[in-house]
Amino acid sequence: MAEMWINMGPQHPMTHGLWNLRVKVDGETIVDAQPEVGYLHRGIEKLVEGRTYTQVIPITDRLCYGSSLTWSHLYCLTAENLMGVEVPPRAEYIRVAAIEMQRIASHLMWLAAYAADLGLMLGFIYTMRDREIFIDLLQAMSGSRLTYNYPRIGGVAHDVPPNFERDALRACSYMEKKLKEYEDLFDGSKVFMMRNVDVGLLKKEDAMNLGVTGPPLRASGVKYDLRKDMPYSIYPELNFEPATHPDGDCYARYKVRMDEMYTSCKLIRQAVQKMPKGKWRVVAPRNAPVGTGLGRVEDPRGEGVMYLVGDGSDRPYRLKIRSPIFVTVSAAPKMLIGYKLADVVAIMGGLDMCIGETDR
Amino acid sequence: MNLFEFCYGLIHWLVDLVNNIWYRLGDWLPWWFGDFFTAVGDFASSHGHIAVMAILLEVLIIIIIALINVLNFIWLDRKYMGRMFDFYGPYYVGYRIGGWLQNLADGMKLFVKEIITPAKADRIGFFLAPVIFVGSSFLALATIPLGRQFYVGTNADPLSTGVEASALIAFAFFAIAPFSILIAGWSSNNKYTLIGGMRSAAQMMSYEIPMLLTVASVFLLAGSFGFMDIVDAQHDIWFGIPLFLGLVTFIVCLAAEVEIQPFDLPEAEAELVEGWTTEYCGMRFGLFMMTSYLRGYIGGALATALFLGGWHGPGFLPDPIWFLIKAYIVFVLIEWARWSLPRVRVDQILNIGWKRLLPMAILNLMVAVLLKTAGWF
Repeated sequence: MAEMWINMGPQHPMTHGLWNLRVKVDGETIVDAQPEVGYLHRGIEKLVEGRTYTQVIPITDRLCYGSSLTWSHLYCLTAENLMGVEVPPRAEYIRVAAIEMQRIASHLMWLAAYAADLGLMLGFIYTMRDREIFIDLLQAMSGSRLTYNYPRIGGVAHDVPPNFERDALRACSYMEKKLKEYEDLFDGSKVFMMRNVDVGLLKKEDAMNLGVTGPPLRASGVKYDLRKDMPYSIYPELNFEPATHPDGDCYARYKVRMDEMYTSCKLIRQAVQKMPKGKWRVVAPRNAPVGTGLGRVEDPRGEGVMYLVGDGSDRPYRLKIRSPIFVTVSAAPKMLIGYKLADVVAIMGGLDMCIGETDR
Repeated sequence: MNLFEFCYGLIHWLVDLVNNIWYRLGDWLPWWFGDFFTAVGDFASSHGHIAVMAILLEVLIIIIIALINVLNFIWLDRKYMGRMFDFYGPYYVGYRIGGWLQNLADGMKLFVKEIITPAKADRIGFFLAPVIFVGSSFLALATIPLGRQFYVGTNADPLSTGVEASALIAFAFFAIAPFSILIAGWSSNNKYTLIGGMRSAAQMMSYEIPMLLTVASVFLLAGSFGFMDIVDAQHDIWFGIPLFLGLVTFIVCLAAEVEIQPFDLPEAEAELVEGWTTEYCGMRFGLFMMTSYLRGYIGGALATALFLGGWHGPGFLPDPIWFLIKAYIVFVLIEWARWSLPRVRVDQILNIGWKRLLPMAILNLMVAVLLKTAGWF
């Protein structure tokens, strides 16, 4: 068969969002690939400039439907950095518990989409079902299920609900049991292993040169986790080890995310048990000083960075968002070339694409 | 009384009923017209005419039974999937009978939708593909007997074995579908459908040979190409027991043949949108959908007839019921694998076919040869 270009997107079951992957195939083998993003550009960075610092929080929630809480948390960190606000310790613990729950929910949604991509509908249903538990916990904390609007500059919006500790611990032990079940379902399946092992290899050097961060980088054998390497919030006080895997294939990326869910369970447990009494919010100034603020967090998808410039008014002068997937997707040709067309779903699904934050 | 005899009697009775009026009508008319009436009446009551009509009626009965079973299969598939996936499955449409009417509702929806042919499609191929797909599947269906007396036959002999090479014919027709998929994929003039069609052809290379080799082992043990003889030969022991390896190989090949989940590469919805059916809509898509379930039914029926003793079972139920129960069990087994396994890749299915299934099939054939030479069958 002659070589031909195939547009996988913008409307395609593989894309999980609105983007286009152009692949050039020779029969079934991929010889070239060009990811195209920009179909979902909403101008969030510009939108922010017309709103007060507090009004920005709900907008940053809309950056990623999968993990909205990490983005509003990142914005609040950045604004606190700009304003020099000290966050009370209870708020920090609540935030860590919440973002780790968000991380589990995000990874579970990824796992669901990944399973559905590979044709394993059972995995899709089961993971989405168990995601509900963490969504419910977050709903109990914040009142919403998808865009939480929970962190505030200087703390969090509300204190945790009654019996939160009990519920969170229960959810963690339930999740750890379920994760073992998933491992039976996925790792125990020969076909799943056939589709994943040695597919979409990303070498350590390539991953670092292309700026890949997050689980894909750790799956290539680089031990780089901002929670450990550039600790923010109360992560230095918690005992955990970031998950890595040396192989760099799709299976490694799957495994790293699975291990991260165990880690997150551990973190939630510690954060909830160590949570001190006290205030959960301090009043932040309305106007930010002239200056800049920087925040970096380990998003479920990689390294999220925000750079905020204040001009003395109550509105940000400029907000720059560094999206992990926008950078990671540029590594797609490196991973795709040489593999089969059917591997596109495994490889691109393994990156956990989220177009909301990519196009902003 | 076999099916032919029943149909023959029914048609005969009907013809007599009509002829009663017909001849009287002829009596009232002038003689030249009356003679014509008499000649038509005589032709209608002749043996040849009634036999042909009886065969057509038999085919109709078999098709109706198959279509009802297809509705059952779709319902069973959805219910079973629902129970596996933590939901109820079809429920509201016909809720007194477990949501069974949902399929009819969906069929009605597809029926009223517009049939669109893409502007740049090859119109002849685009039209012919569903015709070949549905036609070949129904032809395969017509050869399969549902019971000792329940088959498309041409005589009233209760010991008749039907068409002599019916199993061969069934497999020949069963294997036509990939060609129609290739035609559909090519004529749709779409890159996804083209790749889907090509995958179907590549897939056929992998499963067809091991499948026919396992079937050859059954032919060897039964000493016949006909379903009747094969099922009669399983009166004492089902072939699935000595040829267990063959049964497993056959069911795996069957999953590939009817293109369901672990092997549904031609319509892999994740990477190829809907594969070769992407451009089809309305009732044409409905026919493809229905026929793929029909092929599931045929597959279950083939496995039943060849390996699971056909209609043999304890006597308290009639033959066709036993046959259908076994076919349903095979179908549910395949569905179980369908919803709990990911999809394999196109090069992997070739690996599975040539490196796993083919040696298993050959081993199974050797077992069959051994059993035959030992004189146990």
